[in-house]
Amino acid sequence: METQELIKALAADARRHGMSMAFAWSVAGFAAIAVAAIVFFLMLGARTDIAVAAQTGRFLFKFIVTIALAVSAFALLHVLARPEAEARRMLPRLAVAPALLLAAIVAELAVTPPDTWTARLVGTNSLVCLTFIPLIGIGPLALLLAGLRHGAPSHPALAGAVAGLTAGGIAATFYAAHCTDDSPLFVATWYTIAVAMLALVGALAAHRIVRW
Amino acid sequence: MDDRDLAELFRAALEGDERAYGDFLQRAAELVRAWARRRATSGRLDPEDVVQETLLAIHVKRHTWRTDGPVMPWLYAIARHKLVDALRRLGRGPQIDIGELQDQLAAEEAETVRAWEIDRALETLTPGQRSVVTAISLEGRTIAEAARSLEMKETAVRVALHRGLAAIAKRFGRD
Repeated sequence: METQELIKALAADARRHGMSMAFAWSVAGFAAIAVAAIVFFLMLGARTDIAVAAQTGRFLFKFIVTIALAVSAFALLHVLARPEAEARRMLPRLAVAPALLLAAIVAELAVTPPDTWTARLVGTNSLVCLTFIPLIGIGPLALLLAGLRHGAPSHPALAGAVAGLTAGGIAATFYAAHCTDDSPLFVATWYTIAVAMLALVGALAAHRIVRW
Repeated sequence: MDDRDLAELFRAALEGDERAYGDFLQRAAELVRAWARRRATSGRLDPEDVVQETLLAIHVKRHTWRTDGPVMPWLYAIARHKLVDALRRLGRGPQIDIGELQDQLAAEEAETVRAWEIDRALETLTPGQRSVVTAISLEGRTIAEAARSLEMKETAVRVALHRGLAAIAKRFGRD
Protein backbone atom coordinates (compact mmCIF):
# COMPACT_ATOMS: atom_id res chain seq x y z
CA MET A 1 0.00 0.00 0.00
CA GLU A 2 1.45 3.35 -1.03
CA THR A 3 1.40 6.22 1.45
CA GLN A 4 -1.12 8.08 -0.76
CA GLU A 5 -3.45 5.10 -0.56
CA LEU A 6 -3.07 4.89 3.20
CA ILE A 7 -3.97 8.58 3.52
CA LYS A 8 -7.20 7.96 1.58
CA ALA A 9 -8.23 5.27 4.05
CA LEU A 10 -7.31 7.37 7.09
CA ALA A 11 -9.16 10.43 5.77
CA ALA A 12 -12.30 8.37 5.16
CA ASP A 13 -12.21 7.48 8.88
CA ALA A 14 -12.15 11.16 9.94
CA ARG A 15 -15.42 11.06 11.83
CA ARG A 16 -14.55 8.46 14.42
CA HIS A 17 -11.90 9.34 16.94
CA GLY A 18 -11.22 8.39 20.55
CA MET A 19 -12.73 10.31 23.45
CA SER A 20 -10.80 13.41 24.47
CA MET A 21 -8.05 12.99 27.02
CA ALA A 22 -9.71 15.53 29.32
CA PHE A 23 -12.86 13.41 29.39
CA ALA A 24 -10.94 10.15 29.73
CA TRP A 25 -9.00 11.53 32.70
CA SER A 26 -12.08 12.81 34.48
CA VAL A 27 -13.72 9.39 34.09
CA ALA A 28 -10.56 7.60 35.26
CA GLY A 29 -10.07 10.05 38.16
CA PHE A 30 -13.63 9.79 39.49
CA ALA A 31 -13.66 6.01 39.08
CA ALA A 32 -10.30 5.74 40.87
CA ILE A 33 -11.62 7.69 43.87
CA ALA A 34 -14.84 5.65 43.90
CA VAL A 35 -12.96 2.33 43.84
CA ALA A 36 -10.60 3.49 46.60
CA ALA A 37 -13.58 4.60 48.71
CA ILE A 38 -15.37 1.27 48.29
CA VAL A 39 -12.31 -0.79 49.23
CA PHE A 40 -11.57 1.53 52.18
CA PHE A 41 -15.07 1.42 53.67
CA LEU A 42 -15.44 -2.33 53.12
CA MET A 43 -12.10 -3.29 54.62
CA LEU A 44 -11.08 -0.54 57.07
CA GLY A 45 -13.39 2.38 57.75
CA ALA A 46 -12.47 5.58 59.57
CA ARG A 47 -10.99 5.53 63.06
CA THR A 48 -13.60 5.70 65.83
CA ASP A 49 -12.22 8.89 67.41
CA ILE A 50 -12.19 10.80 64.12
CA ALA A 51 -14.24 13.71 65.50
CA VAL A 52 -11.63 14.33 68.20
CA ALA A 53 -8.70 13.68 65.86
CA ALA A 54 -10.07 16.20 63.39
CA GLN A 55 -9.34 18.92 65.94
CA THR A 56 -5.61 18.21 65.83
CA GLY A 57 -3.15 19.73 63.37
CA ARG A 58 -1.18 16.51 62.93
CA PHE A 59 -4.23 14.54 61.79
CA LEU A 60 -5.36 17.23 59.35
CA PHE A 61 -1.86 17.71 58.02
CA LYS A 62 -1.80 14.09 56.78
CA PHE A 63 -4.58 14.98 54.36
CA ILE A 64 -2.80 18.10 53.16
CA VAL A 65 0.24 16.01 52.20
CA THR A 66 -1.63 13.10 50.63
CA ILE A 67 -4.05 15.31 48.70
CA ALA A 68 -1.14 17.47 47.51
CA LEU A 69 0.56 14.29 46.26
CA ALA A 70 -2.57 13.02 44.50
CA VAL A 71 -3.33 16.37 42.85
CA SER A 72 0.22 17.17 41.72
CA ALA A 73 0.84 13.65 40.40
CA PHE A 74 -2.51 13.57 38.59
CA ALA A 75 -1.78 16.93 36.93
CA LEU A 76 1.61 15.63 35.80
CA LEU A 77 -0.03 12.44 34.52
CA HIS A 78 -2.20 14.54 32.17
CA VAL A 79 0.96 16.04 30.68
CA LEU A 80 2.95 12.80 30.49
CA ALA A 81 0.14 11.03 28.64
CA ARG A 82 0.79 13.23 25.60
CA PRO A 83 3.66 12.38 23.26
CA GLU A 84 5.31 15.81 23.27
CA ALA A 85 5.67 16.00 27.08
CA GLU A 86 9.13 17.10 28.15
CA ALA A 87 9.48 14.85 31.16
CA ARG A 88 12.56 16.43 32.75
CA ARG A 89 11.07 19.91 32.86
CA MET A 90 7.86 18.61 34.40
CA LEU A 91 9.23 16.53 37.26
CA PRO A 92 9.85 19.44 39.71
CA ARG A 93 6.06 19.74 39.92
CA LEU A 94 6.10 16.64 42.09
CA ALA A 95 8.15 18.38 44.79
CA VAL A 96 5.12 19.94 46.55
CA ALA A 97 4.19 16.96 48.76
CA PRO A 98 7.80 16.07 49.73
CA ALA A 99 8.49 19.74 50.56
CA LEU A 100 5.40 19.94 52.79
CA LEU A 101 6.41 16.74 54.50
CA LEU A 102 9.96 17.95 55.05
CA ALA A 103 8.70 21.16 56.64
CA ALA A 104 6.41 19.13 58.91
CA ILE A 105 9.29 16.88 59.97
CA VAL A 106 11.38 19.91 60.91
CA ALA A 107 8.45 21.29 62.93
CA GLU A 108 7.83 17.93 64.61
CA LEU A 109 11.49 17.59 65.62
CA ALA A 110 11.42 21.14 66.98
CA VAL A 111 8.36 20.67 69.23
CA THR A 112 8.78 17.09 70.47
CA PRO A 113 11.42 15.70 72.86
CA PRO A 114 14.10 13.56 71.13
CA ASP A 115 13.37 10.50 73.27
CA THR A 116 9.88 10.22 71.70
CA TRP A 117 11.09 10.39 68.09
CA THR A 118 11.65 6.66 67.65
CA ALA A 119 8.24 5.79 69.07
CA ARG A 120 6.59 8.37 66.81
CA LEU A 121 8.38 7.06 63.73
CA VAL A 122 7.72 3.38 64.41
CA GLY A 123 4.13 3.98 65.51
CA THR A 124 1.74 1.05 65.96
CA ASN A 125 0.27 0.67 62.49
CA SER A 126 3.24 0.37 60.12
CA LEU A 127 2.26 -3.08 58.82
CA VAL A 128 -1.37 -2.07 58.39
CA CYS A 129 -0.16 0.99 56.48
CA LEU A 130 2.15 -1.05 54.22
CA THR A 131 -0.69 -3.49 53.53
CA PHE A 132 -3.67 -1.23 53.02
CA ILE A 133 -2.27 1.70 51.06
CA PRO A 134 -1.18 -0.65 48.23
CA LEU A 135 -4.41 -2.63 48.55
CA ILE A 136 -6.62 0.48 48.34
CA GLY A 137 -4.41 1.90 45.58
CA ILE A 138 -4.16 -1.04 43.21
CA GLY A 139 -7.66 -0.60 41.69
CA PRO A 140 -7.13 3.14 41.12
CA LEU A 141 -3.73 2.34 39.59
CA ALA A 142 -5.34 -0.05 37.10
CA LEU A 143 -7.85 2.63 36.08
CA LEU A 144 -5.13 5.26 35.66
CA LEU A 145 -3.03 2.85 33.58
CA ALA A 146 -6.09 2.36 31.35
CA GLY A 147 -6.14 6.14 30.96
CA LEU A 148 -2.48 6.08 29.97
CA ARG A 149 -3.15 3.39 27.39
CA HIS A 150 -5.72 5.71 25.86
CA GLY A 151 -3.01 8.37 25.68
CA ALA A 152 0.33 8.25 23.91
CA PRO A 153 3.15 8.69 26.44
CA SER A 154 6.69 8.94 25.07
CA HIS A 155 8.02 7.68 28.40
CA PRO A 156 5.59 4.92 29.44
CA ALA A 157 7.51 3.68 32.51
CA LEU A 158 7.86 7.19 33.94
CA ALA A 159 4.20 7.92 33.25
CA GLY A 160 3.30 4.60 34.90
CA ALA A 161 5.30 5.55 38.00
CA VAL A 162 3.42 8.85 38.16
CA ALA A 163 0.14 6.92 37.82
CA GLY A 164 1.35 4.90 40.83
CA LEU A 165 2.04 8.10 42.78
CA THR A 166 -1.45 9.37 41.94
CA ALA A 167 -3.04 6.09 43.04
CA GLY A 168 -0.84 6.16 46.14
CA GLY A 169 -1.95 9.70 46.97
CA ILE A 170 -5.61 8.72 46.65
CA ALA A 171 -5.14 5.54 48.70
CA ALA A 172 -3.12 7.34 51.39
CA THR A 173 -5.80 10.02 51.72
CA PHE A 174 -8.37 7.36 52.60
CA TYR A 175 -5.96 5.37 54.74
CA ALA A 176 -5.06 8.50 56.74
CA ALA A 177 -8.65 8.62 58.02
CA HIS A 178 -8.15 5.16 59.54
CA CYS A 179 -4.63 5.39 60.91
CA THR A 180 -4.02 6.60 64.50
CA ASP A 181 -0.33 7.36 63.88
CA ASP A 182 -0.40 11.04 63.04
CA SER A 183 3.24 12.06 63.43
CA PRO A 184 4.90 13.39 60.28
CA LEU A 185 7.78 11.06 61.16
CA PHE A 186 5.45 8.07 60.72
CA VAL A 187 3.89 9.48 57.55
CA ALA A 188 7.25 10.29 55.96
CA THR A 189 8.50 6.75 56.57
CA TRP A 190 5.67 4.30 56.06
CA TYR A 191 3.38 6.20 53.70
CA THR A 192 6.39 6.88 51.50
CA ILE A 193 7.35 3.21 51.31
CA ALA A 194 3.75 2.18 50.56
CA VAL A 195 3.35 4.82 47.85
CA ALA A 196 6.73 3.92 46.36
CA MET A 197 5.54 0.32 46.02
CA LEU A 198 2.60 1.50 43.92
CA ALA A 199 4.89 3.72 41.83
CA LEU A 200 7.16 0.75 41.14
CA VAL A 201 4.23 -1.48 40.15
CA GLY A 202 2.92 1.35 37.94
CA ALA A 203 6.27 1.74 36.17
CA LEU A 204 6.70 -1.99 35.55
CA ALA A 205 3.11 -2.49 34.40
CA ALA A 206 3.13 0.55 32.10
CA HIS A 207 6.39 -0.59 30.52
CA ARG A 208 4.60 -3.78 29.49
CA ILE A 209 1.07 -2.69 28.68
CA VAL A 210 1.28 0.95 27.56
CA ARG A 211 2.46 0.31 23.99
CA TRP A 212 1.39 2.36 21.03
CA MET B 1 2.52 26.34 5.57
CA ASP B 2 3.24 27.25 9.18
CA ASP B 3 2.10 25.58 12.35
CA ARG B 4 -0.98 27.76 12.67
CA ASP B 5 -2.33 26.72 9.25
CA LEU B 6 -1.58 23.11 10.02
CA ALA B 7 -3.37 23.40 13.37
CA GLU B 8 -6.40 24.89 11.63
CA LEU B 9 -6.53 21.98 9.18
CA PHE B 10 -6.17 19.51 12.05
CA ARG B 11 -8.97 21.15 14.05
CA ALA B 12 -11.30 20.94 11.04
CA ALA B 13 -10.24 17.31 10.60
CA LEU B 14 -11.08 16.50 14.21
CA GLU B 15 -14.55 17.86 13.61
CA GLY B 16 -14.99 15.26 10.88
CA ASP B 17 -13.94 17.18 7.74
CA GLU B 18 -12.50 14.39 5.57
CA ARG B 19 -11.00 16.74 3.00
CA ALA B 20 -9.19 18.81 5.63
CA TYR B 21 -7.98 15.62 7.24
CA GLY B 22 -6.62 14.31 3.94
CA ASP B 23 -4.77 17.60 3.39
CA PHE B 24 -3.45 17.55 6.92
CA LEU B 25 -2.15 13.98 6.57
CA GLN B 26 -0.59 14.86 3.23
CA ARG B 27 1.34 17.71 4.80
CA ALA B 28 2.22 15.60 7.86
CA ALA B 29 3.56 12.86 5.56
CA GLU B 30 5.83 15.37 3.77
CA LEU B 31 7.21 16.70 7.05
CA VAL B 32 7.82 13.27 8.53
CA ARG B 33 9.32 11.97 5.26
CA ALA B 34 11.93 14.74 5.17
CA TRP B 35 12.60 14.23 8.85
CA ALA B 36 12.88 10.43 8.63
CA ARG B 37 15.13 10.51 5.55
CA ARG B 38 17.74 12.45 7.50
CA ARG B 39 17.64 9.93 10.33
CA ALA B 40 17.13 6.54 8.70
CA THR B 41 20.57 6.34 7.16
CA SER B 42 21.37 2.69 7.82
CA GLY B 43 19.81 1.47 4.57
CA ARG B 44 18.05 -1.35 6.37
CA LEU B 45 15.31 0.98 7.52
CA ASP B 46 12.95 2.35 4.89
CA PRO B 47 11.96 5.92 5.84
CA GLU B 48 8.62 5.44 4.09
CA ASP B 49 7.73 2.67 6.56
CA VAL B 50 8.37 5.17 9.35
CA VAL B 51 6.14 7.69 7.54
CA GLN B 52 3.31 5.19 7.27
CA GLU B 53 3.62 3.97 10.84
CA THR B 54 3.65 7.58 12.05
CA LEU B 55 0.51 8.41 10.02
CA LEU B 56 -1.27 5.44 11.57
CA ALA B 57 -0.21 6.51 15.06
CA ILE B 58 -1.36 10.08 14.35
CA HIS B 59 -4.67 8.62 13.30
CA VAL B 60 -5.36 6.41 16.32
CA LYS B 61 -3.91 8.90 18.82
CA ARG B 62 -5.20 12.16 17.38
CA HIS B 63 -7.34 12.77 20.47
CA THR B 64 -4.07 13.32 22.42
CA TRP B 65 -3.38 16.55 20.54
CA ARG B 66 -4.24 19.68 22.53
CA THR B 67 -6.39 21.61 20.09
CA ASP B 68 -5.16 24.96 21.44
CA GLY B 69 -1.48 23.99 21.14
CA PRO B 70 1.03 23.75 18.27
CA VAL B 71 0.97 20.70 15.99
CA MET B 72 4.62 20.20 15.06
CA PRO B 73 6.02 19.27 18.51
CA TRP B 74 3.23 16.72 18.85
CA LEU B 75 3.78 15.41 15.31
CA TYR B 76 7.55 15.03 15.62
CA ALA B 77 7.22 13.44 19.07
CA ILE B 78 5.08 10.71 17.50
CA ALA B 79 7.52 10.32 14.60
CA ARG B 80 10.44 10.03 17.03
CA HIS B 81 8.57 7.42 19.08
CA LYS B 82 7.92 5.37 15.94
CA LEU B 83 11.47 5.75 14.58
CA VAL B 84 12.96 4.58 17.90
CA ASP B 85 10.52 1.66 17.83
CA ALA B 86 11.53 0.71 14.28
CA LEU B 87 15.25 0.93 15.06
CA ARG B 88 14.76 -1.24 18.16
CA ARG B 89 12.96 -3.84 16.06
CA LEU B 90 15.76 -3.81 13.51
CA GLY B 91 18.32 -4.28 16.27
CA ARG B 92 16.44 -7.29 17.59
CA GLY B 93 15.74 -8.85 14.21
CA PRO B 94 18.00 -11.30 12.39
CA GLN B 95 21.24 -9.74 11.21
CA ILE B 96 21.43 -9.97 7.45
CA ASP B 97 24.70 -10.58 5.72
CA ILE B 98 25.73 -7.66 3.47
CA GLY B 99 26.10 -9.78 0.33
CA GLU B 100 22.66 -11.23 0.80
CA LEU B 101 21.28 -7.75 1.34
CA GLN B 102 22.80 -6.52 -1.92
CA ASP B 103 21.26 -9.41 -3.81
CA GLN B 104 17.95 -8.66 -2.20
CA LEU B 105 18.20 -4.96 -3.07
CA ALA B 106 19.05 -5.80 -6.67
CA ALA B 107 16.07 -8.14 -6.82
CA GLU B 108 13.78 -5.49 -5.36
CA GLU B 109 14.92 -2.92 -7.86
CA ALA B 110 14.35 -5.33 -10.70
CA GLU B 111 10.83 -6.02 -9.56
CA THR B 112 10.17 -2.31 -8.79
CA VAL B 113 7.57 -3.55 -6.36
CA ARG B 114 8.68 -3.10 -2.82
CA ALA B 115 7.57 -5.06 0.22
CA TRP B 116 5.59 -2.65 2.36
CA GLU B 117 5.67 -3.27 6.06
CA ILE B 118 2.03 -2.13 6.18
CA ASP B 119 0.90 -4.90 3.82
CA ARG B 120 2.01 -7.52 6.32
CA ALA B 121 -0.29 -5.89 8.89
CA LEU B 122 -3.07 -5.68 6.28
CA GLU B 123 -2.88 -9.44 5.81
CA THR B 124 -3.72 -10.03 9.47
CA LEU B 125 -7.14 -8.32 9.24
CA THR B 126 -10.41 -10.21 9.06
CA PRO B 127 -11.55 -10.69 5.44
CA GLY B 128 -14.37 -8.17 5.94
CA GLN B 129 -12.07 -5.46 7.32
CA ARG B 130 -9.47 -6.16 4.67
CA SER B 131 -11.90 -5.82 1.78
CA VAL B 132 -13.19 -2.49 3.15
CA VAL B 133 -9.70 -1.07 3.78
CA THR B 134 -8.54 -2.24 0.35
CA ALA B 135 -11.60 -0.82 -1.43
CA ILE B 136 -11.05 2.62 0.06
CA SER B 137 -7.24 2.78 -0.06
CA LEU B 138 -6.00 0.75 -3.05
CA GLU B 139 -9.15 1.05 -5.18
CA GLY B 140 -9.80 4.65 -4.11
CA ARG B 141 -13.52 4.21 -3.49
CA THR B 142 -15.59 6.44 -1.23
CA ILE B 143 -17.47 5.01 1.76
CA ALA B 144 -20.70 5.02 -0.28
CA GLU B 145 -19.09 3.30 -3.29
CA ALA B 146 -17.46 0.70 -1.06
CA ALA B 147 -20.80 0.03 0.63
CA ARG B 148 -22.45 -0.53 -2.75
CA SER B 149 -19.75 -2.76 -4.21
CA LEU B 150 -19.42 -4.86 -1.03
CA GLU B 151 -23.20 -4.92 -0.44
CA MET B 152 -22.85 -3.54 3.07
CA LYS B 153 -24.52 -0.70 4.97
CA GLU B 154 -22.49 2.53 5.11
CA THR B 155 -22.29 2.41 8.89
CA ALA B 156 -20.96 -1.15 8.70
CA VAL B 157 -18.32 0.02 6.20
CA ARG B 158 -17.30 2.84 8.54
CA VAL B 159 -17.05 0.50 11.51
CA ALA B 160 -15.02 -2.07 9.55
CA LEU B 161 -12.71 0.68 8.26
CA HIS B 162 -12.22 2.13 11.74
CA ARG B 163 -11.49 -1.23 13.34
CA GLY B 164 -9.31 -2.36 10.46
CA LEU B 165 -7.13 0.76 10.64
CA ALA B 166 -6.84 0.43 14.43
CA ALA B 167 -5.75 -3.19 14.01
CA ILE B 168 -3.17 -2.23 11.35
CA ALA B 169 -1.79 0.48 13.64
CA LYS B 170 -1.49 -2.04 16.45
CA ARG B 171 0.20 -4.76 14.40
CA PHE B 172 2.42 -2.64 12.22
CA GLY B 173 5.93 -4.05 12.25
CA ARG B 174 5.00 -6.81 14.67
CA ASP B 175 4.74 -10.43 13.70
